[in-house]
Order: sequence, then structure tokens, then C-alpha cells
Amino acid sequence: MKISRKEVEHVALLARLKLTEEEMNQYTEQLNSILEHAAMLDQIDTAGVSPTAHAVQLYNVLRDDEVKPSMDQEKVLKNAPDAEDGFFRVPRIV
Amino acid sequence: MAYDDKYEMVCGVETHVEMATKTKIFCGCSTEFGGEQNTHVCPVCLGLPGVLPVLNREVVNLAIKAGLALNCEIAEFSKFDRKNYYYPDLPKNYQTSQYDLPICKNGWLEISVNGEKKKIGITRAHMEEDAGKLVHSGETITTSNSSGVDYNRTGVPLLEIVSEPDMRSVDEVLAYLEELVQIMEYAGISDCKMEQGSVRFDVNVSLRLKGSSEFGTRTETKNLNSFNSVRRCLEYELERQADILDEGGAIVQETRTWDEGKGMTLSLRSKEEAHDYRYFPEPDLMPLVIDRKWVDEIRSAMPELPAAKRQRLQSLGLPEYDAGVITSFKAMADYFDAALEKFDDAKTLANWVMGDLSGLLKANSCSFEDSPVSPVQLAGLLTLIKKGEISGKIGKTVIEEIYKTGKDPETIVKEKGLVQISDEGALEKIIDEVIAANPKSVGDYQAGKENAIGFLVGQIMKATKGQANPGLVNKLLRGKLAE
Repeated sequence: MKISRKEVEHVALLARLKLTEEEMNQYTEQLNSILEHAAMLDQIDTAGVSPTAHAVQLYNVLRDDEVKPSMDQEKVLKNAPDAEDGFFRVPRIV
Repeated sequence: MAYDDKYEMVCGVETHVEMATKTKIFCGCSTEFGGEQNTHVCPVCLGLPGVLPVLNREVVNLAIKAGLALNCEIAEFSKFDRKNYYYPDLPKNYQTSQYDLPICKNGWLEISVNGEKKKIGITRAHMEEDAGKLVHSGETITTSNSSGVDYNRTGVPLLEIVSEPDMRSVDEVLAYLEELVQIMEYAGISDCKMEQGSVRFDVNVSLRLKGSSEFGTRTETKNLNSFNSVRRCLEYELERQADILDEGGAIVQETRTWDEGKGMTLSLRSKEEAHDYRYFPEPDLMPLVIDRKWVDEIRSAMPELPAAKRQRLQSLGLPEYDAGVITSFKAMADYFDAALEKFDDAKTLANWVMGDLSGLLKANSCSFEDSPVSPVQLAGLLTLIKKGEISGKIGKTVIEEIYKTGKDPETIVKEKGLVQISDEGALEKIIDEVIAANPKSVGDYQAGKENAIGFLVGQIMKATKGQANPGLVNKLLRGKLAE
């Protein structure tokens, strides 16, 4: 077992996912089989290989510091579940 | 009993500095402060699906510059990572930051407390994006049923500067913060407008018994936005920790918040706050490769930093205190340098900048940047005094007049007829009149009462509306009284 049920519970909490008992068992099993598959990589000797920062070998993709038009406030809030006085409105935080 | 009778404090600070770019770190939205809510936002900084961030070159330039100003190593290879957590001020549910390969590391800055110099280590400095602003419907977050979110600040570039836990007193912490903020301002990394939240501090502090070499358990108080808050917060938190330790209790390692109104720190512990950020490399941004040519270019354009400026001012004859005051605000130091180009007596200039001019500006809530008395005008005024054309006393009237009217000192002196009377004949006539009118004081002086001459000089100055050359008056008066 690569990942325990307790760890799956923790990850679900961090991801704000509410899982049923059944889903919890199912995901624990599925995540384990994914991790076991990936464990194949452990067979490779990576001594002296630096960690990959990006899969594509491309560096320094930069833009100039020039202001571009932003969106209209009305458009910004159009998809908001709730809005008030130009703010996104969110339920009680703590 | 004060905490420092028994314990030694250990403190390190994380400082967030908003960088002075026109646009956000990953999109072209304006970073301008104070726009109407949710008007400086676009699909990228709102984290809408399918968008791609592109790094602002100026952010990298400023981060390199800050690193050099803080004596850091600039990484040849650096990348961004996602820091995952849920909070409504973060639209993507992760903050794009730097984790294991920050752009700057292993630096230091020097502080001076009561004349003692000390180096404070800089562990690292990294680039990241700011979060949005929350406006709670109730008085505080805990008493609000809902909150409003403004994402204008989301994506404003931040430099997070992490110090080593090198500070051992509240004064050292304040000296570190003041020096750091000055360096950021002088190097042009940030406008450092504290009142707009451009600089924020997270303070990590613990106590240990004096003589102990191990660190105690620390707390972190987040989001302090002024030097004064840091001082008050530390004083409170240190006493709180000392009380717990004195009673044999243990400090809980936790995040706390500073309540400015109550003057106390409060625990922010909650189940939501599991510190498990699951950092991973940001796949939407390409890594940075910073060659030495890039670094050298930025190094060669580095402006004079506060420490160098203080040293230069001292070499011009200013006491350490004066040099410290003048460099404490960049605008004041810039003003001083501009005036110095036209008037090279640094000490006299410093007296006027720190004294009369500062006083006038303060009384009118005006900054040195917007001073109605230009550096050239002040230099002109001081030149008139130095040449003996007006007295220092008249100079004080003239600077007020420049402030009010914007006219040049030469014009004011001419228009108001303030030129100092250095004509011996004219002065002698007035002195004779004053001597004749005050036989008692003359008698007193001649009988040995040295003080009596002050009254007579005062009368002469009054008769000339302060325009008599004081040195000359003294010489002539004493001569006449000795006859």
C-alpha cells in the first residue's frame, strides 16, 4: 500500500472534497494502483540527475511591463454566484 | 519583571514588498492602488479556466536588483511553484510562488543599534503574487456573515524577503526593518508606501533562557503593516511568552494575528489551517535562466544605497546623527543632494534641511518631493547668508516667504528691502541713538555687567528690523562703549 485511507481522507479535506465511505474506499484503491504503476520509475538510477523543473526545455518566457486593458466590472462579476457593490460576495470565512 | 531579565529573544522576519511595476506579475492589468473594486482584473489574475500567465520581465529585473542590494547570490536557475491552499482572496486556490529554487539567497544587511554594528542574514528572497483584499460585512472576520472580495491586488508582484533568526532585541528588529525598507526604496524596488500596505511583515519570535544556545518554540504573527505595530506586537508577545514559560507552560507553535485596537496578539489556529501546501512546480510558467551578463547589467545601474549615502554625507563633515536623519527618507536625501550641488557647505545645509525646512513642511503636511521651496531656492538663500547679504535671522523670514509665494530668495530680499546693513556709517548713527536713549544699560555695562550689552544689541536690531549685520553691530557697539 502506497497511500493509506487516512491520507486519502486528509487529501480530500485539503481539496475540499466531501467523499462517501464508498468513494473513500474506491479512491484509496485507485490511487494505490496509480502510485504502484508510477513506482516503476524507482527502478531507474537517478543519482546525479537534477530534478526536472519543466517538461519543455524552454526558458525565460517574459513579457514587457506594459498595461493592457482590464475587464469591465460588470463582465467580471457576471459569473459570480453572488456579488454586491462591485465585490464578489463570499459566505462566512471562519 | 521584564522578559529580558531572564530570557533572550530570538527573532526572524518575513517581509513582503510590493514591487514597483506598472503591471501585475503574470498579466497586463494595472497595479495602481485604489481603483474601484474589481476593475484591475482580467481572466489571468481571476484564474479563469484555460488562461496562461506570462512573467513580467521587470519583476525579474527588480528581484535581481533587490538581491544585489541585499548582498545575495542570484540563482542561475530559478523556477515558480504552486502553493496550494483555500482562501477566498486567492481565486486560483493556489498562490504562484517560489519554493525550493528562489531567485535570491544567502545575503545580509548591516544594522546599527546604539553605535554597535551587526550583520543580519537574509536567508532568501523570492517572487510571488499578492492576494486580493477582503472586506468583512461585520466588524471582524469572526463576526461577519459574509465578506466582499476585491481582486484588484491579486497578482501584484511581491518580493518576500526572509531573514535569518539573527535578531536579539526589539531595537535590532526595528533597525533591521528600517534599513531593509530604506534599501528597497533607494534601489527603486518598491515605493514602500506603508499606509497603502506596500510593505508587510510576518514576525517569528521565541524566547530562551539567557545563556542557552537552543531555540525555543516560536510563534509567527502575520501581516503587520507598520514599524510601530511591529514594536507593540513584539513587546506584547514577548511578555505573553515569558508569562507562560514562568508558569512552567509550553509555547504552542502557531500563527497569530495582531489586534491593533486591543493591543494584543490572538491565536489564528483552526482546523482549516493545516499547513500542508503541497508545493509543486508551476507547469504554466517556464523556468528562468539568469546569465551573469544580465546580473552585471543590473549591478552597473544600481543607485547609491542608504549605507553608502550615509558614509558619503559623513565624509562631507556631517555627524552620524545628521547623516542618519537625512537618509532616513529617500525624498529628503534626494533634496539634500540636489541643494548640495549649488551650495557646498554640507553642515549648514543639513541644519536648514533638518530644521527650518522640515518644520515648514511638517506644519503644512507636505513632503520633500512636493516642497514649495526648491533645492535651488534653498541653496540660493544659504548663499545670500554666507555672503553676508542677509542675516541668518532674516533668512528664516525669507524661507517662509519662498514657501508662501514661490518667489526666489534674491527677489524676496530685494522686494522687501531685507538686505543686511553692513554700512558702518549707517550703523554707527543708529548705535549712537540707542546709546543716547539707554543711559542705564550703558552705565550697567560699563560698571561690569556684561549682560547689559545684549539689551543694547537687541535695541539696535529692533531699530533696523533685524537687518543689521550682527557681527558688525557687536564690534562697533563694544568699541563705542569702551571709549
